[in-house]
Amino acid sequence: MSREETILKLKTIVKPYIQNEEAFESLTESTDFINDLKINSANLVDVILDIEEEYDIVIDNQSMERMLDVKSAMEIIETKLSEK
Amino acid sequence: MNKRVVITGLGIVAPNGVGLDTFTTAIKNGTSGIKHDTELERLQFSCQISGKPEVSTELSLQYFTELELRNFNSSGILYGVIAGIDAWKDARLPMEIKDEPDWDSGTIFGTGTSGIDKFRESIYKIDDFQTRKLGSTAVAQTMNSGISAYLGGKLGLGNQVTTNSSACTTGTESILMAFDRIKSGQAKRILAGSTSDSGPYIWAGFDAMKVCTFRHNEMPEQGSRPMSASASGFVPGSGAGALVLEDLETALARGAKIYAEVLGGNVNSGGQRGQGTMTAPNPVAVQKCIKNALENAGIHTNEIDAINGHLTATSKDSLEIQNWSEALGRSGVDFPYINSLKSTVGHCLSGAGSVESVATVLQLHHGFIFPNINCEDLHPEITDLIDASRIPQQLIEKELTIIAKASFGFGDVNGCVIFKKYKNL
Repeated sequence: MSREETILKLKTIVKPYIQNEEAFESLTESTDFINDLKINSANLVDVILDIEEEYDIVIDNQSMERMLDVKSAMEIIETKLSEK
Repeated sequence: MNKRVVITGLGIVAPNGVGLDTFTTAIKNGTSGIKHDTELERLQFSCQISGKPEVSTELSLQYFTELELRNFNSSGILYGVIAGIDAWKDARLPMEIKDEPDWDSGTIFGTGTSGIDKFRESIYKIDDFQTRKLGSTAVAQTMNSGISAYLGGKLGLGNQVTTNSSACTTGTESILMAFDRIKSGQAKRILAGSTSDSGPYIWAGFDAMKVCTFRHNEMPEQGSRPMSASASGFVPGSGAGALVLEDLETALARGAKIYAEVLGGNVNSGGQRGQGTMTAPNPVAVQKCIKNALENAGIHTNEIDAINGHLTATSKDSLEIQNWSEALGRSGVDFPYINSLKSTVGHCLSGAGSVESVATVLQLHHGFIFPNINCEDLHPEITDLIDASRIPQQLIEKELTIIAKASFGFGDVNGCVIFKKYKNL
């Protein structure tokens, strides 16, 4: 899967949770979930559950802690997919 | 500094009507909201009828965001938020989002339990080693104060935001707690109310205790029979009622519509002593609660025009009438009019006190006494105490000045509140 495709998929996943439409429209790898997209920090866990479901992967606690922006999310998804 | 306290907004989510207009029409016409309940039948309950408000997804989306409704499974919070927001809007209070909390406004919104369906769903996941998949709202939906927390956030309330709980007295108690807080000048405005979840998991315990009727499964609308000789237990119900209580000066200053004044009231407990137990009221305490409520409100027993009773349709109805009669020193034709909303909505449990208080206030505001249904065969123990004409079975259009509303709950707890038609004197 290309990075563009992954970003597109991630966009669909985070869409329900974002509170900053502008940052969402111009989402890039460096976009931060909380600071840029203004996702409620409690909702991060829901975003991660949705990612797990979408990719059929399990994201461990350590990875979860790191998953604060698009870049780290993409890396973690990639790693977990390669472990499958 | 003793402030006068008035009601400036109402909201209702009841089995026989969601929204003030629908509900007002329903109670005036004696329209029943009791229906056959397929889920209770499937689960082999003795009682297979219930009272549930009808709330569509479309309606829910007017009060919750799509995100909030994801994995949402708490009927009590759903009913409570709709009733609460409706009351707030009815009081013409602002809904726009500001950065600063509204320090003068709070909520005391009670419930018996919260999100029992969400709780069940969570427990299944936990036992299946899926704790990590509970999501972020399992706590907010199942904590008892979930309802006040949801309302507090939606309205930006900055005064006290809490949930009270005292079984079937909950809704009456929340009004009196709000009254005290405003009267003592600690808040200008409190959104008071209560809610109750619906469904088998909230009602099963009552079914097991055999306090719900099993004789009317084929005739749901005739199932809830307060004060009737053929009453055989209550019909489980659910829903929420909400009342904006406000300091009179503040209400007048902003030109608010005033539905009624809260004159006062009383809450107490029978201590589960004497005839009182976990499930039965101590009559000494019930009568004391009524008498103290009148004293607190500064009115004489003769000033009461009508009573909105607790009257659940169990064998305790006669005892309740006796308690009212003895506490007020009034009987026969001298007894005030009395009605029970439970004949059309069932027993809304922790939601009952507020749902019934909304009905009571509507009677004062519009000048009517709603009819009791299903008591064409009045219990002889009741007609021995009070005249049948005091138990209206047809709508009475009449200006009323004072109505007493009482609720009694498990734990031997009582609450009685006195409402008065507002006159600027």
